Amino acid sequence: MNLDLIFGILQIVLIATTPLVFAGIGELVTEKSGVLNLGVEGMMLVGAVSAFIILVITGSYFLAFFVSILSGIIMSGLFAFLVLFLMSNQIATGLALTIFGIGLSSMLGKQYIGTPIDGLSPWFFVIFSFLIVFLVSYFFYKTKAGLILRAVGESHNSAHALGYSVIKIRFLSILFGGSMCALAGSYISICYAPMWQEGMTAGRGWIALALVVFATWKPERVLIGAYIFGGVTILQMNLQALGLRFPGQFFSMAPYVATIIVLVLISSNKLRIKLSAPASLTIPFYKGR
Amino acid sequence: MIRIITFLSTFLVFSFGSAYADPKKVGFIYIGPPGDHGWTYMHDVGRKYMESQLGDSITTTYLENIPENADAVRAIRKLADSGHDLIFTTSFNYMDQTHEVAKDFPDIKFEHATGYIQADNVATYSARFYEGRMIEGHIAGHMTETDTIGYIASFPIPEVVRGINAFYLAAAKVNPDIKMKIIWVFTWYDPGKEADAANTLINQGADIIVQHTDTYAPCQAAQKAGVLAFGQASNQEEFCPDAHLTSIEDIWGPYYAARAKAIVDGTWSSGDTWDGMDKGMVVMSPYNTKLIPASLIQEAVNMEVGIKDGTIHPFTGPIYNQAGELVVPEGEVAPDGMLLGMNFYVQGIDGEVPQ
Repeated sequence: MNLDLIFGILQIVLIATTPLVFAGIGELVTEKSGVLNLGVEGMMLVGAVSAFIILVITGSYFLAFFVSILSGIIMSGLFAFLVLFLMSNQIATGLALTIFGIGLSSMLGKQYIGTPIDGLSPWFFVIFSFLIVFLVSYFFYKTKAGLILRAVGESHNSAHALGYSVIKIRFLSILFGGSMCALAGSYISICYAPMWQEGMTAGRGWIALALVVFATWKPERVLIGAYIFGGVTILQMNLQALGLRFPGQFFSMAPYVATIIVLVLISSNKLRIKLSAPASLTIPFYKGR
Repeated sequence: MIRIITFLSTFLVFSFGSAYADPKKVGFIYIGPPGDHGWTYMHDVGRKYMESQLGDSITTTYLENIPENADAVRAIRKLADSGHDLIFTTSFNYMDQTHEVAKDFPDIKFEHATGYIQADNVATYSARFYEGRMIEGHIAGHMTETDTIGYIASFPIPEVVRGINAFYLAAAKVNPDIKMKIIWVFTWYDPGKEADAANTLINQGADIIVQHTDTYAPCQAAQKAGVLAFGQASNQEEFCPDAHLTSIEDIWGPYYAARAKAIVDGTWSSGDTWDGMDKGMVVMSPYNTKLIPASLIQEAVNMEVGIKDGTIHPFTGPIYNQAGELVVPEGEVAPDGMLLGMNFYVQGIDGEVPQ
């Protein structure tokens, strides 16, 4: 193996993993505040299609990403309204958001399928993805606001009793999650595979959700987990191309298997606390109490 | 007066008559979205062609993005339940699901693309894409400078393995030093992963990318990296004009129209159709004159002619498998049975077909 080859592999891993990092870290912040949003895939797709459409219409990359993030905020805002104010079930609402996002993105993008665009270099976003993870980590563990957000996720009643606005904090966390998911989507349709195709995120939203569990709700571990998933995928491609016998099927399912194992571990109650799953995750907050 | 009555009654009978003959309903199950500009796109082009040919005598429906699992049973059943007369299931791994539903609806006709098991009400059809692979292999053998071809394969099914072998045999014939690097991505449709695979192959020295997946992401990646590529299923030149050499186009329209016509006429019968270039089911996209030398284009065109009139066959012996055993003797061509079940690489290809 020469250096060029290894450098090339690293590049491909970085490019392929970045969307997982964005979506994963966004979802992590949402879940840390005690809300599970299963709409990641849907928000990614809407983010991807809106960035693509704006880029085709205006030709401006800045506007494309701006509108894409806006679309993520709108999508997640809808989710936040339903689960925080109307107290709808988070799991059902999140799944509905994914289905809605898949349909909406297909409808919006219909006439843009196959429109050629000039892709954008991914490197800015690759660097930004590392930065955002460290910022989130700093926010959680070194700032008061981060501590409050975590408190809301652990025990919303206590946080409420201390005078913190649970609803407001959760609302903002959900919006942050939505904007990161949309950013992940727009990165895919503008940088990673510059095109719009229906359902082009191809399940990455679900991998991002799995990542958060795999990372046991720790920001740096989302980064590590994402690079394990991404690295393994690209590595097995390289081994295949080198002509080595390799069970490719196994590596296609590896992320999900790893997540199931972590889930099984967490579901025994004592470990759950140790592994720091937010105690109030998916539990609705009623202000009246 | 009588004349008017006659006219009116004739008119009534005719209009009544045509209103009485309900249009036949033809349904399609698609694995991807019709906008993939690849496999599903070409089936949808075929569907539209069928509509244009048969006019009001049929109506068509399609269900897109149907995964190749138990969901497919539901989707096929949904079409069967809603009174469709003819249902096309357009992917190999719909095989069991198609037969499962077909058993419950003996009066409904099914057509399973790229399959090999028939029933009284299930016909199979496919195109000899490997004829196109041979031409691609010939072009690639002449044009590669690194003697390394990158091949992105989807699932280890005979159709894909056949394509790899046909490509390699033709390429190795003109360039014995050629190396094939094959990546199985285990998906038909994931632009990101397809691009990753293309970039990995390019990184390992491939200067021509061949794909058996459904989007133009690999061709785009090739263009970006400054190497060459073959498109897939439809003409993808507009997406990667500086990389795209040619594509194998799947032309389903005439077959779909003929089968639907048979339903309308009541003459449909089960069977297996496997047509190639001779019947126009496989067509090469215009060769890229900016990239391929004129003499090589001429060779490719001559090859097309030979394949059409039967003087050239991509699997002409002697052909050896990886173990060195002679599988097709000199002077013979591989029988269709062997091609349909092909699950081995020919001698010269590294690695193994994933099992």
